Amino acid sequence: MEEFVYAGDATLSRPGSNAELSAWVDYVYFRDNPAGPHSELWYHAAACRQFLKVERDTRTHVISSAELA
Amino acid sequence: MTRHFSIAALLAQAARGQKGWAPQWRTPAPKAEYDALIVGGGGHGLACAYYLARRYGLTNIAVIEKGLVGSGNVGRNTTIIRSNYLLPGNIPFYETSLKLWEGLEQDINYNAMISQRGVLNLFHSDGQRDAAVRRGNAMLLHGIDAQLLSREEVRARAPFLDFDTARFPIMGGLLQQRGGTVRHDAVAWGYARAADKLGVDILQHCELTGLRIENGAVIGAETSRGFIRARKIGLSVAGNSSRVAAMAGLRLPIESHVLTAFVSEGIKPLIDCVITFGAGHFYISQSDKGGLVFGASVDGYNSYAQRGNLPCMEETCEEAMALMPSIGRLRMLRSWGGVMDMTMDGSPIIDRTPVDGLYLNGGWCIGGFKATPAAGLCLAHLMAKDEPHPVATAYRLDRFATGQLLDETGGGTNMALH
Repeated sequence: MEEFVYAGDATLSRPGSNAELSAWVDYVYFRDNPAGPHSELWYHAAACRQFLKVERDTRTHVISSAELA
Repeated sequence: MTRHFSIAALLAQAARGQKGWAPQWRTPAPKAEYDALIVGGGGHGLACAYYLARRYGLTNIAVIEKGLVGSGNVGRNTTIIRSNYLLPGNIPFYETSLKLWEGLEQDINYNAMISQRGVLNLFHSDGQRDAAVRRGNAMLLHGIDAQLLSREEVRARAPFLDFDTARFPIMGGLLQQRGGTVRHDAVAWGYARAADKLGVDILQHCELTGLRIENGAVIGAETSRGFIRARKIGLSVAGNSSRVAAMAGLRLPIESHVLTAFVSEGIKPLIDCVITFGAGHFYISQSDKGGLVFGASVDGYNSYAQRGNLPCMEETCEEAMALMPSIGRLRMLRSWGGVMDMTMDGSPIIDRTPVDGLYLNGGWCIGGFKATPAAGLCLAHLMAKDEPHPVATAYRLDRFATGQLLDETGGGTNMALH
């Protein structure tokens, strides 16, 4: 088990309960998938169990910031 | 200059010091306009160009490639071919691909070292055995070879696996004898040479920088070597599909992830087929040079870097040791990462896009190499006829909205599970 577990794109926001189906399709399946700075969630599974919001460059793996989500 | 490869040509060249071979393909300048343009000079794009010219009669076409042909994922895989799928939308496609592999070398006059040495999927529990039986039966119903091996039959074939002390004891395996391996670079070179022979322009160091769209239809491509007019453009740029589709204002159900593969130092013949470890996700075979070629899962986070990280390497080696401890003293020679288009259901997309004349072949997840001939054929069919090839009708872009997902592993939107 890894200490940190990837939890995906942090820019997605869950649609409201009355949202159109298309909003849910976008939320569940579609991604910007940038080559460059990416805002993403990591779960600190092996310790404090907090979610972190991390800015990481997907071309170099360099992390520019991390904060509690 | 000799253009056709044969034993006679080889002997004739041997007598002349091998000096009479022609370059395998031309280096033409881009024309102002083509009937169709394929973006991406990898295995899939070059196969598409070949089949467009050979089977659909379109010869005024070009492939544009930002680097050298074959420098992407066709050269960054573990070279495995097979058609041992379960779902109805997948089986006919991958069997079409395997049949094309079987005739490929004669078809394109190129030695791709296709070796049908067998693909053996091990199972380690009752549930996995039942799943293997079901998969094998699905294959047999589609006329594909499948063979269930008992523990003792697996042992007779691969005595070096851990049968005595394994944490996950081997119960048996599902064998597809027609599966195997291919010399991956030769696939790109062979298709490039065969397509070029039919008049296809292969434009290397020609990077797509934009797509020109008028009234909802594509009219051409902006490239690093100027504007090229074409009313049909096929995208075959797996790993970078999202970036290229964004040039047409499209957003895809894809994340890019890195998958790492490894090769050990060369040893004498040990593994005579492809073996996969069912208690994890690990596959291993031996190249003709003697190196053990193996890999596991994607690293699990978005990445466009063609290199993975150490946790993945550790996991892969742990799985190797769980399967065959005898290779524990081998030294790792190299590892390489490829950028995968991971779709949200683990299956690919070969479809029209909302932009007229713009076609997408992508989303190959970690299994694009084996699909090379059929993906090329089906993209060619789609571009030539504007309708899907009969074996690729399930690979629709809109399936994520309609619920017609094609999820072989049941992994959902978790990329590390595909």
